[in-house]
Amino acid sequence: MSDLMKVSSNPHIRSRATTGSIMGAVVLALLPATFFGVYNFGLGALLLILVTVASAVLTEYIYELLLKKPITVSDLSATVTGLLLALNLPPQAPLWIGVVGGVFAILVVKMLFGGLGQNFMNPALGARCFLLISFASIMTNFDCDAYTGATPLAALKAGESVNVMDMIVGRTGGTIGETSMIAIVLGACILIMLDIIDLRIPGSYIVSFVIFVVLFGGRGFDSAYISAQLAGGGLMLGAFFMATDYVTRPVTKRGQYVFGIFLGILTGIFRLFGPGAEGVSYAIIIGNLLVPLIERVTLPKAFGKGGERA
Amino acid sequence: MNNAGERLYNGIIKENPTLVLMLGMCPTLAVTTSAVNGLGMGLTTMVVLALSNAIISLLRNMIPDKVRIPAFIVIIASFVTVVQMALQAYLPFLYDALGIYIPLIVVNCIILGRAEAYASKNPVIPSFFDGVGMGLGFSLALTMIGGIRELLGAGKLFGFGVMPASYVPFNIFIMAPGAFFVLACLTALQNKVKINGEKKGRDMSKIQSGCSSDCMNCSDSGCSRRFYGESREEVK
Repeated sequence: MSDLMKVSSNPHIRSRATTGSIMGAVVLALLPATFFGVYNFGLGALLLILVTVASAVLTEYIYELLLKKPITVSDLSATVTGLLLALNLPPQAPLWIGVVGGVFAILVVKMLFGGLGQNFMNPALGARCFLLISFASIMTNFDCDAYTGATPLAALKAGESVNVMDMIVGRTGGTIGETSMIAIVLGACILIMLDIIDLRIPGSYIVSFVIFVVLFGGRGFDSAYISAQLAGGGLMLGAFFMATDYVTRPVTKRGQYVFGIFLGILTGIFRLFGPGAEGVSYAIIIGNLLVPLIERVTLPKAFGKGGERA
Repeated sequence: MNNAGERLYNGIIKENPTLVLMLGMCPTLAVTTSAVNGLGMGLTTMVVLALSNAIISLLRNMIPDKVRIPAFIVIIASFVTVVQMALQAYLPFLYDALGIYIPLIVVNCIILGRAEAYASKNPVIPSFFDGVGMGLGFSLALTMIGGIRELLGAGKLFGFGVMPASYVPFNIFIMAPGAFFVLACLTALQNKVKINGEKKGRDMSKIQSGCSSDCMNCSDSGCSRRFYGESREEVK
């Protein structure tokens, strides 16, 4: 029998991509925002980032060691979780906040549900919301050496004027990694070029958010206001790096549009009508919870299953 | 099977209503923001449970089978009203803290469950102690949950500050999510003890879990299997 006749069992098309290579690319794509955060807020921010990442990775390692499971820290997913969480912390937060957050993200949100691929919620955002509810005063205090006073979004909500150019470059107060729109979009371009994410979720998220703000923001099509809403807070970081998490986004293409639009509307509601100035993290974790439902209604029909008759 | 001591042990450990049977989740999650609230809710429920068990057991041969549930509810509601008024008069701080959850004891599934599964089939004395045992088990679980939540969420225990001054409380533990975290951890611990016991060869089959075995082969008449089975056939 010739080689041509040998048939192996599927899958027949394999990709070179591994979890490690994808997560490595995500870390790479987060570096611009990380570097800008350190440049903007000083070495204290760098220390906080390192401590948070280390606690996330160590938690996964120790958990797997204790439960005699295969050690998976080399797939870098815990590193990504720790880094994303750190970028969502205020620069002046005490180091133990990073440790508590890293442990909660990995232990409770990820490992207790079965590890990578089984968690129903983005671990970094789950931990951020845990910290936000537990230590509200620490987590919403963005005063630091470089900047004092309200974050641009809070100022915007209070009706004050903001400098949009500063917000796009990132020279404002906020969490470590969210301030610079340029650095985040640069990282997002890397991910899109490497074909790791596509624009379905971020695009529908941002477009629906803009439409919501135009309709209900009370300022009509005010381009300065809209660009301030886009550049402020965690919208960009959330749309490109959190909402696109492979584990917690819908698998179906139509579902991804539904997911993005849902996030945009929720974020708009939280920002315009909620008590706080920001709502991206809550919007995304609520969206994560709805993913199974979204997938169920957007499941494509298998070939040959017919049209309307289900 | 029916002596008082065995009933107490059964209620507190073997079939602990909260951690093993998973009954009465609403007060368990809602009022355990502190150890005192948990203990108060547990003891209040215990009084109602013991007395209603005793009365239902006394009347078990007189209540017609078809209207037994309304009859049980009337008896339970009477005791809840008595307890509610007593609390309002003598322990107003607890009355304020427990709020709507006192009248809701009427529909607590532990009480109705014990009435249906035990008191309506057994003599008065064991039924009374069954109520006391179940109530103590409920109190124990609620006090533990309340204590852990208070310790982590406020740095106190029974109202006294026990954590060092530098401790920053995790506010989330005295909010709703904290109740789920603590309950889940305690239940996991209970399962761990049970599995360890099985490994050592002790007979753990008598210790029932809420739903550790599948419903179709479940022999527990006190559980909702009948209703489950009926609804399944309707679906077909």
